[in-house]
Amino acid sequence: MVLMVFVTVFAVNKNHEEVEKNYAFEKQLEEESKQAFLKAYKVFMHPRCVNCHPAGDAPLQGDDSHIHSQNVKRGIDGKGLYALKCSNCHQEKNIPGDNMPPGHDIWQLPPAHMKMVFEGKSPRQLAEHFMDNEFTGFVNWQEDLIHHVEHEPLVLHSWSYGTRPPLSHEEFVESLKEWIEKGAALPD
Amino acid sequence: MIEIDVNGKKHNVDATEDTPLLWIVREQLGLTGSKFGCGMAQCGACTMHLEGEAVRSCITPLSRAKGKKIVTIEGLDKSLSEPIQKAWIEKDVPQCGYCQSGQVMSAAVLLRENPKPTDEDIDNAMAGNICRCGTYQRIREAIHIAAKSI
Ligand code: FES
Ligand code: FES
Repeated sequence: MVLMVFVTVFAVNKNHEEVEKNYAFEKQLEEESKQAFLKAYKVFMHPRCVNCHPAGDAPLQGDDSHIHSQNVKRGIDGKGLYALKCSNCHQEKNIPGDNMPPGHDIWQLPPAHMKMVFEGKSPRQLAEHFMDNEFTGFVNWQEDLIHHVEHEPLVLHSWSYGTRPPLSHEEFVESLKEWIEKGAALPD
Repeated sequence: MIEIDVNGKKHNVDATEDTPLLWIVREQLGLTGSKFGCGMAQCGACTMHLEGEAVRSCITPLSRAKGKKIVTIEGLDKSLSEPIQKAWIEKDVPQCGYCQSGQVMSAAVLLRENPKPTDEDIDNAMAGNICRCGTYQRIREAIHIAAKSI
């Protein structure tokens, strides 16, 4: 009888210990996930990214993210309006020289029906947005988000001119992967 | 040699692929209606149409223009150039005139895509064409007048 009580108490304690250990482990994962997002967030908020994810309908420009000169507009498809379409000035590649328009085959803002605004969003709001397929147009948000940041030409282009984002492209992608693998925790 | 099609005529030009289209059109083809203002896509004086779009030819490399249809102020289709020209004369738009071919080429794209533009549409189309003489109000009025006859 005494032995049985002893065994039971031991088992309960052991279980409790396990639960506590698991809890601590999950807490740690959650914290690491949040930290990984906060690292990537610095890139999302960098002018190379946020300038094309503005809160208004005009792109931003420069390291101080001022409104794009000539007050160019998003337009329905994100490619500008009338005589001020993006590719009227932005060529297929960067033009060498100070203050020359950067370029790529595709040059645009997110379209009017899916503006994907980053400007002014807190880390938590942005993380929530990424999980919302209506914000991004993704189908499987985790896979599609990683694919987008890893391969989307305009994302890659952000590392090709002007002041570069604060992480390398590899570090940026790794941070987002870590955020997701560790549970995609929402920053506080 | 690079072949380009300007105002419906084919030309073989002797230049490298990164030469700006404006250089070739003015210097080699002798079409000097398009002007050089800033050379960095900031003023609109050099605006030409490339496949119908109002590109800034001072920074458009020949590699992009190759095999595409280019239209300069000298070759703008009469369905657009005549009403615009008449309205420009009626409102006496130009002062020094330097920016005006670029203004007309931008206005032509606006009117082709939106035959009844509002003031806001005009601003959205024309804000990239700088006029140092400040003829903006007359340009806006002239576009409204041209729109009535298109
Ligand atoms: S000369 Fe081309 S935009 Fe100024
Ligand atoms: S008329 Fe002189 S710059 Fe426009």
